[in-house]
Amino acid sequence: MIVQALAFYAFSAVAIASAVMVISSRNPVHSVFYLILAFFNAAGLFVLLGAEFLAMILVVVYVGAVAVLFLFVVMMLDVNFVELRQGFLQYLPIGATVGAILLVELVFIFSAWAFGGGTLAAPAPDPTEIANTHALGNLLYTRYVFAFQAAGLVLLVAMIGAIVLTLRQRVGVRRQKIARQVSRARAEAVEVVKVPTGQGV
Amino acid sequence: MALLDRTARSWLLSELVAGMALTLKTMFKPPVTLNYPYEKGPLSPRFRGEHALRRYPNGEERCIACKLCEAVCPALAITIEAEPREDGSRRTTRYDIDMTKCIYCGFCQEACPVDAIVEGPNFEFAVETREELFYDKERLLANGDRWEPQLAKNLELDAPYR
Amino acid sequence: MAEFWTGYALPTVITVAQILAIVVPLLLAVAYYTYAERKVLAWAQLRKGPNVVGPFGLLQPIADAVKLLMKETVIPSGANRIVFVAAPMLTFVLALIAWAVIPFDVGLVLADINVGILYLFAISSLGVYGVIMAGWASNSKYAFLGALRSAAQMVSYEVSIGFVIVCVLLLAGSLNLTQIVVAQDRGWGFLGWNWLPLLPMFVVFLVSMLAETNRAPFDLPEGESELVAGFFVEYSSMSFALFFLGEYANMLLMSGMTAVLFLGGWLPPVDVAPFTWIPGPVWFALKIALVAFLFLWVRATFPRYRYDQLMRLGWKVFLPLSLFWLVLTAGVLVAMGWLPE
Repeated sequence: MIVQALAFYAFSAVAIASAVMVISSRNPVHSVFYLILAFFNAAGLFVLLGAEFLAMILVVVYVGAVAVLFLFVVMMLDVNFVELRQGFLQYLPIGATVGAILLVELVFIFSAWAFGGGTLAAPAPDPTEIANTHALGNLLYTRYVFAFQAAGLVLLVAMIGAIVLTLRQRVGVRRQKIARQVSRARAEAVEVVKVPTGQGV
Repeated sequence: MALLDRTARSWLLSELVAGMALTLKTMFKPPVTLNYPYEKGPLSPRFRGEHALRRYPNGEERCIACKLCEAVCPALAITIEAEPREDGSRRTTRYDIDMTKCIYCGFCQEACPVDAIVEGPNFEFAVETREELFYDKERLLANGDRWEPQLAKNLELDAPYR
Repeated sequence: MAEFWTGYALPTVITVAQILAIVVPLLLAVAYYTYAERKVLAWAQLRKGPNVVGPFGLLQPIADAVKLLMKETVIPSGANRIVFVAAPMLTFVLALIAWAVIPFDVGLVLADINVGILYLFAISSLGVYGVIMAGWASNSKYAFLGALRSAAQMVSYEVSIGFVIVCVLLLAGSLNLTQIVVAQDRGWGFLGWNWLPLLPMFVVFLVSMLAETNRAPFDLPEGESELVAGFFVEYSSMSFALFFLGEYANMLLMSGMTAVLFLGGWLPPVDVAPFTWIPGPVWFALKIALVAFLFLWVRATFPRYRYDQLMRLGWKVFLPLSLFWLVLTAGVLVAMGWLPE
């Protein structure tokens, strides 16, 4: 138990510290690295909770794909840091308001959960009895199947939207048609001509 | 039908498989490499390697300090100084070749009227410092003494074509 | 105090011993894999390969390691020092920790976790960070271009690898690697392993595996002839060696993954007497060696892909194909009532 507690404190401390560093570090690339560290520690916390499936998915999706794209963009950007800092005070009130609202909401949720007598949220199934993946699958594909499908549809629409926004057809562009290149046979590409001397083709 | 054939071939990755079969077959052929320091390839008698100054059979050095090689050298690698010896014959006092400049074109041996400067069959004269590659007359004569049998044979083999 | 010894100290010692029992042979295998690569390439090119250091050149990897250790570690003046040094370590560590969940035989696995395959997938998706960090921290155009190429490439091919893995999961009904191997024991010997029922996916996995490890013909991040050495141009000495070892350890890991997912892990190819006498780990090692040889064989055969073709293959060929096959697999399993428990 002691080990678990130690691991919990280690993971949460690193997660909070790196979350602070995300917004306070001067170099945006470092910010993304700290963000990745925060994701990673969140995954560690999930593992401690017995939610290993979520932990792995968090790493695969957020760390393995989303953060890579973040990093990709941030590395390519030529950001002027001084200019960025200047707006800080100007946007502070609205940022603080949003943060405060979020905090209050979180407090509400947790207090309601703690004092609500267990009617609000179903307790997580015992990890020793049923595998985490099974439990999630059972819930997602039975009770929440419509919500799940709707989420899928939203993502599909977003994907199609992204494709439509970036797809453009330019006229006069000669594209490589690999199938045609591959299917070219010798007979249709090369002609052997017997040239009589002194007469040319 | 041709379309079907083509489609089937491309989905069965026939070209990739054929390529891999070829490399696999090659893996079982004996290697063609010479095991270099232990095995060496044949050298032509015209091979232009390390330079040497030759002597006559009686021990007299051949070079008469005509400086034709110095003049013809396109890389300006040869430096010659000369004055008459006590017996009155014209000989070099200094014959230097900067091997770091030399391009091994063989013009010096072509220019030489007495077959004194030649490029021998030795190509393994790597050294550890730059200075060691500034050959002087002593070194070149030593080379000549060392490789003389081979040099003479090479000149003889090449003679019918000149 | 006694509780401390039996409850904490002893398990820790045992775990460390197990880790060493995996890592030391693994590192040896990695070292000799580099030797094998040079030999196989040499044979394919009618050369002899390393044959001077020791009998048949067998001490060559050790000589290489000593050489790299002796060299000077150069950190470019414009580099981001911490990230620059951390990148090779990350690559190397990631290549090693993935082996924790690889089962060598029934029960012969360091961590028999429920989501083993997801863990492997997560670790391999982290591999891209070593490359990006190295490319960015080097503060060099070549390294950066190599890193960008590699990031796009690894993210693209991960998608199709993911779908291939899901196909395997459908057949096994479990995310546990041991269960996946056990599910392949269909009683028909090697014909029952996943490679045959999922043949197109097996090919997709093999190709994606090459792209994922940045190996020829998908070695654009390194691209010796265009980017000098890609993301690790600026590295020397041990930091270079860590990248090198990490790359080869990753190749072996991918071979291990192929063996577990498609080639029946430790199962003997034919379930009769002389084959069943040979212990499972030996079979597993043989299968890893087979796939590892495939890596080298492919490198000896094919020229490098062009970058747009690489992206086209990943997104326009492999992704639809693996999606289609996933739906087909699920459909067949449901229609025939073959879904595992």
